Amino acid sequence: MNLLSLSWNYIKARPLNMVLNMLLMGLGIAIILVLILLSSQLEDNLAKNKKGVDLVVGAKGSPLQLILANVYHIDFPTGNIKLQEAKDLTRNRLIASAIPLALGDNYRGYRIVGTNHDYVKLFDAAVDEGELWKNNLDAVVGSNVAQSLGLKVGDTFFGAHGLSVADMEHEEMSYRIVGILEENNSVIDKLILTNIESVWAVHDHDEEHHEEHSEPQLGSAYETGFPEGDEDAEITSMLIKFRSPMGAVTLPRMINADTNMQAASPAFETQRLFSLLGIGVDLLKAFAVIIIIIAGLSIFISLYNALKDRKYDLAIMRSLGASKTKLFFHVVLEGVIITVLGGLLGFLIGHGLTEFLAGLYEKSDEIGLTGLIFVKQELAVMLISVGIGIIASLIPAINAYKTDISEVLAKE
Amino acid sequence: MAQSSTMIIIDNLSFGYSDHKILSIPHFEVKESQHLMVLGSSGSGKTTLLHILGGLLAPKQGKVTIGETDIYSLSGSQRDKYRGQNIGLVFQKAHLISALSVQDNLLLAQYLAGMVQDKGRVKEVLSELGLGEKIKKSVRELSQGEQQRVTIARALLNRPRVILADEPTASLDDKNAQKVIQLLQSQAEQYKASLLIATHDQRVKDQFELQLNLATA
Repeated sequence: MNLLSLSWNYIKARPLNMVLNMLLMGLGIAIILVLILLSSQLEDNLAKNKKGVDLVVGAKGSPLQLILANVYHIDFPTGNIKLQEAKDLTRNRLIASAIPLALGDNYRGYRIVGTNHDYVKLFDAAVDEGELWKNNLDAVVGSNVAQSLGLKVGDTFFGAHGLSVADMEHEEMSYRIVGILEENNSVIDKLILTNIESVWAVHDHDEEHHEEHSEPQLGSAYETGFPEGDEDAEITSMLIKFRSPMGAVTLPRMINADTNMQAASPAFETQRLFSLLGIGVDLLKAFAVIIIIIAGLSIFISLYNALKDRKYDLAIMRSLGASKTKLFFHVVLEGVIITVLGGLLGFLIGHGLTEFLAGLYEKSDEIGLTGLIFVKQELAVMLISVGIGIIASLIPAINAYKTDISEVLAKE
Repeated sequence: MAQSSTMIIIDNLSFGYSDHKILSIPHFEVKESQHLMVLGSSGSGKTTLLHILGGLLAPKQGKVTIGETDIYSLSGSQRDKYRGQNIGLVFQKAHLISALSVQDNLLLAQYLAGMVQDKGRVKEVLSELGLGEKIKKSVRELSQGEQQRVTIARALLNRPRVILADEPTASLDDKNAQKVIQLLQSQAEQYKASLLIATHDQRVKDQFELQLNLATA
C-alpha cells in the first residue's frame, strides 16, 4: 500500500467517471498531437526540399504552382521557358548558380527530371550503386523508385508523356539505368534523373522517327551548366542561388517585369501556403484546447464531488497517522493519474490516427507522412496535460489538506 | 519501567465542547494497562475529550502527555505520526475505506503510520478477531458487526499504547455490543495498552471499575 495504489484504488472504485475523464483528455490530446505530427512533418519536408534554392524561375502562371511543381514535384509545371532566355539570365552577376530542370515525363508515376549533377549535390545525395548519368538516355533513380519498382542498374524502361501513370508511352527510345541513389529522405528519393538532352531526345524522336539507338552519345553539360540547344529548345525551370541578399530584392522584380519568365521564392510561397492552411490548423487546435480544458474541468468536478463523500475517509486517514501534506498529494496524485492515463491514451490515438490518415491519403507517401515518428513538442503537450491534472486537483487537494478531523469525526 | 507506569497525564486541561460550555480537568492520570470508562450524556464532551487525548483537537489550554510525550508540543505532522504509531482509535460507526479490501485497509494503517507493511501481522490481528477468512473481501461485503471488528483490528494493528474508543457499541445490537467490549478489553490487556471507552450506552457502562463521569467532573 502506498499513495499511488491508494489513489489508484479510489479511481478504480468509480470506473465510469475515470473512463469519461480519460476519454475527454485523450481526445483533446490526440487532436493536438495529430496536428503537431502532420504540420511538423510537412514543415520539415518542405524545408528540407527547398534547401539551397533561393528562387525558382519558370513560365508565367501561379507562383505557388511553380514552387510546388519544380521544388516539391507535386503539382504540374506552369509551362516551359526558352533555353536561350534562361541562359541569358544566368549571366546576371547577382546569381551564384542556376540548375536547369526539364520536366514532363514519368515512368509509372515517378517523375523523370532532366537536370545536371548539381541537382544531386543540392540534396547532398550519394550514389548507392552504379554512377551518375553521362550519356544521353542514362538514368539515375532515387531509392524509393528503385525499391518500389524493383529497378536495378542496367534495366531499361520507356518514359511516358505527362506526369501521371495513365499517359501514353514514348515507345521508341528507352532509358537505361546507370545508377541508384542512396536514401536521402527528400523528394529526390522519388525522382528519376537524367540529363536535359535525354528529355529533349525522347520528345524530338516522336516527330523525327530516327533509329540511332545503338551508339551512346555523351551528353553536354551533364555535370553543371546548361546544355547546348537550338533556338526552339526549352526547359521547364531553373533553380537559382543568389550571390548576395541583394538578389532577393532586385531579381524577382526584374524577372517578372522584364522577361517572359516568372520568378518565385520557395520561402515566401511555402510561408504563404502555411498561412492559408494555418487558419484551419489554428481552429482545430483551439477546439482541442477547449476539449482539454473541459477534461480538466470534468476532473475537477468529479474529484470535488467525490471528496465531499470522502471527507470521513480523509479524517480517518489523518487519525491513522497521515499528515496533511500526504493527503494533499494523495488527491493531486488522483488527478495526475487520470491525466497521465488520458495523455497516454491520446498519445496512442494521436499516432494511430496520423498513421491511419497517412495510409488513407495517397500523396502522403510522396510527402513522407507517418504516424510513427516522435517530435519534441509532444513531450510539451504531455507535460501541459499533467499540469492541467495538477491544477484540476488543486482545490480538492487544498480542501483535503484543510480537513478538520475532529469536526468531521464528531459529526456522525 | 514499572509494570504500572503512568500512560496518560492530563494537566490543567480546559476545553469548550460547545459554544457556551467549558469543561476543565485540573489533573487526571491513566496508568498502563488500566481500563477507563468515560461516561456522560450526549453533549457532555466525551468525544471532545477523546479527540484531545488522541491529538485530533488542540485544547484551549493545558497539557496532554501520552507516554513521555507532550503531544501538543509536537508539530502537526509529528503528532499525526505519533498518533498513528501509539494511539488506536475506534469510532461509533465503522469507518473503513470502502474502495479498499479488508487487508488493504489494514496495510494502509501501517503505511500511514510510517510502519513496515507486514501482511503476516495483518493476518494475525484479523485471526485474533475471528476475521481471518474475510481478509481478501471488500469491506462493502461485511456486516456492521464485522466492519466494527475490522476497525478494532485496525486500531490494534500497530500495537498501540493507548486505545481510545468513542461510543464503539452505539450502532450495534446487544450481542455485538457485548462482544466488542470484551474484545477491546482482552486485546488491550494483551497489548498492555490503556483503554478508554467513552459511552452513554446503558448496556456497557457498568463493566469497568474505573469511571470518569464528565457530568460531575
